[in-house]
Amino acid sequence: MVRGPGCARTPNAVKPLNHDSKATTRIATYEIFRTQYLNPDGSLIADPPAFAKDREQARAMYALMLRTRLFDKKAVALQRTGQLGTYAAVLGQEAIGVAIGHTLADDDVFIPGYREYAAQFARGVPMRSILQYWGGDERGMDYPAGTPAHHDFPLSVPIATQVPHAIGVAYAMKLRGEKRVVLASCGDGATSKGDFYEAVSSAKVWNLPIVFLISNNGWAISMPSHRQTGAQTFAQKGLAGGINGEQVDGNDVIATRAVLSAAIERARSGEGPSLVEALTYRLHDHTTADDARRYRPEAEVTAAWERCPVKRFKAYIEAQGFWNQADEDALIAEGTAAAEAASQEFLKLKPAAPESMFDHLYATLPKALEWQRDEVAARGPVGGHH
Amino acid sequence: MPNITLIEAVNLAMASEMRRDPDVVVLGEDIGRNGGVFRATLGLLDEFGEGRVIDTPLAETLVAAMAIGLSTQGIKAVAEIQFSGFLYPCVDQVVNHAARYRNRTRGRLSCPLVIRAPNSGGIHAPEHHSESLETTFAQMPGLRVVCPSSPARAYGLLLAAIRDPDPVIFLEPTRLYRLFKQPVEDDGEALPLDSCFIDREGSDLTLVSWGAMMHDTRLVADQLAEEGISAEVIDIATLKPLDIDTILDSVAKTGRCVIVSESPRAGGWASEVAANLAEHGLLSLFAPVMRVAGYDTVMPLAQLERSYIPDTDRILREVRKLFEMAPK
Repeated sequence: MVRGPGCARTPNAVKPLNHDSKATTRIATYEIFRTQYLNPDGSLIADPPAFAKDREQARAMYALMLRTRLFDKKAVALQRTGQLGTYAAVLGQEAIGVAIGHTLADDDVFIPGYREYAAQFARGVPMRSILQYWGGDERGMDYPAGTPAHHDFPLSVPIATQVPHAIGVAYAMKLRGEKRVVLASCGDGATSKGDFYEAVSSAKVWNLPIVFLISNNGWAISMPSHRQTGAQTFAQKGLAGGINGEQVDGNDVIATRAVLSAAIERARSGEGPSLVEALTYRLHDHTTADDARRYRPEAEVTAAWERCPVKRFKAYIEAQGFWNQADEDALIAEGTAAAEAASQEFLKLKPAAPESMFDHLYATLPKALEWQRDEVAARGPVGGHH
Repeated sequence: MPNITLIEAVNLAMASEMRRDPDVVVLGEDIGRNGGVFRATLGLLDEFGEGRVIDTPLAETLVAAMAIGLSTQGIKAVAEIQFSGFLYPCVDQVVNHAARYRNRTRGRLSCPLVIRAPNSGGIHAPEHHSESLETTFAQMPGLRVVCPSSPARAYGLLLAAIRDPDPVIFLEPTRLYRLFKQPVEDDGEALPLDSCFIDREGSDLTLVSWGAMMHDTRLVADQLAEEGISAEVIDIATLKPLDIDTILDSVAKTGRCVIVSESPRAGGWASEVAANLAEHGLLSLFAPVMRVAGYDTVMPLAQLERSYIPDTDRILREVRKLFEMAPK
């Protein structure tokens, strides 16, 4: 059967291999739940949690979402004009980062993949740092001291390999009797890798305070999510590890925050790990080096814009009387200026000294490498900037 | 001073450092109640409890990744991989993450961890249990690779590895685990990393090796001494970063050098030593630098492993060539 990329996957009906009903009995059944508060037009499906009725919180969530979109636009523009390296856009997935950013406590640890800029901004990563990273400067992963981001992990490009680090981080917290939580995120493609499974499979063994978050954006570069697995959902992969696995509408920032918040509090109260599959859509190409028109129907993208998380939440806060056109105009002006300022700051930075490639290789540079550092230092800068 | 085997020295170093530093934990497969398949972690569970002696699920990538996560939080994780052939699933984690976090984050995160594994052959083990992986890791920037060759060095170097602020791959010579005993005092004194050890001084020839092959190399030096040839024996001990100066100084004195390695010949660490001698020591040499190494074959199963692993005959054959070309 040929399925379009956006089609729902086949329900996984389970029948016993052995039909002798006396010999074979059911020993376990499973259910997968999905949470959604907002329709695509911003109207409510159910009475939302308190944070969504709080004018200031709702406005702050929207502001972070739109600022992230404006930053993303600026980053793509920088790349298109040759001023930034390959960049992975977050267009269409901003709500997930906003939900993470508004849910994790300051001393929790965030282990990101590479599309959760909104969460990183909320935790103190300057926009400039993200541009530095994709601009080819390690200093873009040196998140500022005094911010929650300072103890978070940097972006992780090798797929899924960051996920099992959560096991060690959470074990350390538990060993020290701390009430902290780890949130590790990855994409739908990452769920095909062994690193992901080894983490999900072992987390419950020690009942660790972890939230695994899968941003299912429909595509792993050119492969639609139904080509990653025959499982009906990615959420059910949590069940195989004995942990809670749920879906949430990842383009509904209210639902995503509500579900993540519940998962984080579960973890914090000692009830152990959870897995959340957030359903979203990658409106942009995989990265600026990709051209999704090679493999993805335009009609699917057009339809996905109808589920845009920014549009949806804006309609909601407008309906609540939390937001008006003047607010919108002011935020667009402010967010555009912030992205521009980050861009200018990034473009004005001088490259690090070439010999800085030796600075943090080891705590102290081994004697055997001193001559290499000296050679690089003596030669000075080679090649262009940015 | 207790007379102990190399595996007992490994055990002693871990127990000793765990007593001293509450932030040290050990993890791996079957390391708790079972005490590890070679018994390296014997007694640790009873003394330090389940929190610090972590029996993991059977997943080597997880063991490495968990050690990384622990170490980023300041826990000094000492992970055991049961056999060298099962280190391969850890390579991605070690190379892409453990060796890079300090550099990527400009020092914000680091990985003070040790991954211990039995290394090399000669104990008639099953398939995938006898490989020599030191070069695989020694090529990787940001790591330390340490191969002890005696109980005393295993004790002192493992203490140093656990205390080191960066990731250390600690490859233990399986066939020396119980081959001989040595007096080792549990004095908490670490040996220096990043330095070769001059095992014995000599004037006619430099023999360089590490790990399990040090045993055969020492036997060759004994035999040569009986023949009136004075061999200086160098135990590299820390392969990465390589202390080439000690080797160059020795070759400047002897003018002859044979490097002995169990891991495959092509592109192996013996080649790295030889290349350094060619670059910086050529004018001291009376004869070519020779390598005695494992062959560029798949590690044979137990019946043929003695034909693969260098032994005293193969080392002596290369030594004889040198003295034929450049008599004493």
